[in-house]
Amino acid sequence: MEERINTPAARLYRSMYLIRRIEEEIIRLYPTDKIKSPVHLSIGQEAVSAAVCDHLGRDDYVFGTYRGHALYLAKGGDVPRMMAELYGKVDGCARGKAGSMHLVDPAVGMMGTSAVVATGISNAVGAALALKMQKSKSIVVCFFGEGAADEGAWHESMNFASLRKLPILFVCENNFYAIYSHVRDRLAGPGLLARSEAYGIPAEHIEDHEPMKLHERAGAAVAAVRRGDGPRFLECMTYRWRDHVGPGEDRAHKYRPDAELNAKIENDNLKIVGDMLPAELRKSIEAAEERRVADAIVFAESSAFPEDREVYDHVFTG
Amino acid sequence: MSSQAERMLTYGEAVFEATRSEMARDPKVFVMGQGVDDARGMFGTTLNLHKEFGAERSFDVPLAEDAMTGVGIGAALMGMRPIQVHQRMDFVLLCMNQIVNMASKMSYMFSGAHKVPLVIRAIIGRSWGQGAQHSQAFHSYFMHVPGLRVVAPTTPHDAKGCLITAIRDDNPVVMIEHRMLHNVKGMVPAESYEIPYGKARTLSPGKDLTIVGISHMALECVRAKHLLELAQIDAEVIDPVTLSPLDIDSIVRSVERTGRLLVVDTGWLNCGASSEILSETFERLGQRRPFVAKRMGYLPTPCPTTRILENLYYPSPQSIAETAYRLVRGADAPEWRAGAVDSQEVAEFRGPF
Repeated sequence: MEERINTPAARLYRSMYLIRRIEEEIIRLYPTDKIKSPVHLSIGQEAVSAAVCDHLGRDDYVFGTYRGHALYLAKGGDVPRMMAELYGKVDGCARGKAGSMHLVDPAVGMMGTSAVVATGISNAVGAALALKMQKSKSIVVCFFGEGAADEGAWHESMNFASLRKLPILFVCENNFYAIYSHVRDRLAGPGLLARSEAYGIPAEHIEDHEPMKLHERAGAAVAAVRRGDGPRFLECMTYRWRDHVGPGEDRAHKYRPDAELNAKIENDNLKIVGDMLPAELRKSIEAAEERRVADAIVFAESSAFPEDREVYDHVFTG
Repeated sequence: MSSQAERMLTYGEAVFEATRSEMARDPKVFVMGQGVDDARGMFGTTLNLHKEFGAERSFDVPLAEDAMTGVGIGAALMGMRPIQVHQRMDFVLLCMNQIVNMASKMSYMFSGAHKVPLVIRAIIGRSWGQGAQHSQAFHSYFMHVPGLRVVAPTTPHDAKGCLITAIRDDNPVVMIEHRMLHNVKGMVPAESYEIPYGKARTLSPGKDLTIVGISHMALECVRAKHLLELAQIDAEVIDPVTLSPLDIDSIVRSVERTGRLLVVDTGWLNCGASSEILSETFERLGQRRPFVAKRMGYLPTPCPTTRILENLYYPSPQSIAETAYRLVRGADAPEWRAGAVDSQEVAEFRGPF
């Protein structure tokens, strides 16, 4: 059993299943109004975080975005403390001051997420610069959406990372849409791979619905960065099933064809990976993760709200 | 502190000395910025640090203020202590997203899980035709934001101590330096020392009115004080030294005695540091001690380039003295013209910048 659990597919399934189920529970709980925080759900996009983070250790660092539940969980972030954070409780990973958009768990290298598009990218590059100055063996992985590549900050960051040959992997989760704006309406020229290569950063494009290939190519990219080869860039095609923000569907807004969304849902990456596992193993993984999800909700429900005096805490360090 | 260990240094030399001694003390301290390792060395303040400490610890950066600020923040998150230098504050506008949305919020947003020990040195230009985009002073923008410290030392002594305090601080600090101050000399102790936050300095005591001068204007206010002596007016000149936190108590104590407050800012008046100082003083004194007040600062225009107009744009020792005179003697007092006085650092400044 142990050996079978420790296959890439099994690890990937465990991680993706946890992300999916946590977010389904968020959808279920949202109408209770206990989660008073804008949520940007990762359902449909679980494979990217799960596949990349499977190659990272606790002492590697990741920076993410406001659509950050998947990354937090895939990097091994504390699950009960994430739920408590969404509830605004004092046992949350940021004592209720971060909410869904700013999850953080430095103990496992989850360095945080920013709600201003592309703003965390240069911070990730700076962390990689520090690692290089400190002659560390660790690496940084920087996650962002394709919308971030519209921003000048992305270009400036890619340039500097390449110039200084920093230990950083850039992972673009290309889900086609910045809110409801399609990438074809925003992106000129031959695409993100060409842009990356223009900065001297080797780049690779990975299609959606190939989770094991994604896992394998992410492993190769992580290995290259770890060897000291300098930055790498992965453009991972993916798809968001739910609305840009909030728990709901967004079919009513008609910005994307129903058929496009339906095809993605039918070709579910979670199912693709799950079907690769023996039924018994799959069930045991699911049962274990269900317990973690349930425990996290109980923890969040039973945690207290912060006291009034905490409003002034941590404006400054020390 | 023995006076034997004090030397006469320029403000720029004091900044250099603080940087160099902190780099020697702590290997985590490094300098990054456009031109910090070039032949001019940021007006001498970073000159040849790359030769002494290695190119890894004092380096030039691409013209990418936004990302480079973010890079400094990211390095700070990992325990490094970057000093970023901008030879004109106007360019710091390109860094605002990182400073305001990230650096100032990391500690709070993540409830202490992160800290950002980052120093941003921003130099305000003036004279020799700096014009509209090489002369702006945005210290009030940073004072507005919780989570940032803002220091604006006037003397070489305070420049050295403020920078050392900033480097050792675990929080982001914006240090405002006025280009006109870089060549001003003063006594500076050789050893390292910290200037505390929130402790204003009385540059010159007086009983008739309180003049608060920020950064370079503190120097102009001291000159105005001497002019006012000819009109038998005894002004107290206070330099806040640090703007956020602000030592409002010292200012309030002074105004409580004098009953008159003149705030002279190195910047525009609207929503500026002078507004903050005046309103906080009013809140503290309230009806307990009525006082008269006036603010001075840059004209409400972009900075003109030609000297003849530029002279109108900035408060001068004469205009400060005459405004103070009116404040003390009242609207009905006979007209008084202050004599001319040279602001040597302005008159002697030669460009290009």
